[in-house]
Amino acid sequence: MLLESLKGKTVGIAGCGGLGSNCAIALARIGIGKLIIADFDIIVQSNLNRQYFFIDQLGMYKVDALQTNIKRVNTDVIVEKHCLKLSTDNITQLFKNCDVIVEAFDLAEMKKMLIETVLTEMPEKFIISGSGMAGWGNNNTIKTINYEKLYICGDLTTEISENTPPLAPRVGIVANMQANQVVEILLNKQNQ
Amino acid sequence: MNIILNNTPETIDGKEISIAQLLILKNFIFKMLVIKVNEQIVKKQDYETTIVKDGDNVVVLHLVSGG
Repeated sequence: MLLESLKGKTVGIAGCGGLGSNCAIALARIGIGKLIIADFDIIVQSNLNRQYFFIDQLGMYKVDALQTNIKRVNTDVIVEKHCLKLSTDNITQLFKNCDVIVEAFDLAEMKKMLIETVLTEMPEKFIISGSGMAGWGNNNTIKTINYEKLYICGDLTTEISENTPPLAPRVGIVANMQANQVVEILLNKQNQ
Repeated sequence: MNIILNNTPETIDGKEISIAQLLILKNFIFKMLVIKVNEQIVKKQDYETTIVKDGDNVVVLHLVSGG
């Protein structure tokens, strides 16, 4: 079966918050071979409205808790975890063996930094970014746009604010769209 | 001149335009942009000096926080 080929694939997840945790779990469920996850943060109460963590994991590093949760879903997934802040100095080295890189940060300047670094230093890599997913409702504004090897999932406009917090439904939609795009790319590559 | 801007054909007056002028012309008022001209990333400090010409493929991405 075509999905079997996912076992031989590696996906990098840059950030393990709302986008990264949900995207990683989706890929683990369908049998991705290896996930390289990176984040420097710990889990706090406010994360639980959208991130794939649990009450008994409050205070843990996100990469440690996410590794545990991935393994609870699928023990076959190899998890390489990095508890650090990603920067222009370490991105290339960390993700060099990935077939696809998922941008899963919260801050726009970090999204920009990752996209520019990958497109400049690693032009052969596919990168799937998320931009615009705060608030609720407006299902049909969420889409994917594609420029060569760069894909952006989201509504591209709705920024987090007091009135538009990031919430499980829309963040989850975009995280799963990113995972869906990863699978499409990986299986298309397989066919070629 | 004719360029491709975000996958859409556009006609711009004149023979060339800087990225900085293009951003004003097309009303890209946001701060956090990723810009590519013919697949090459253009850094913010180069917006004034990077010139777009007839036939160029320009991508202007606006990134917003949240995730």
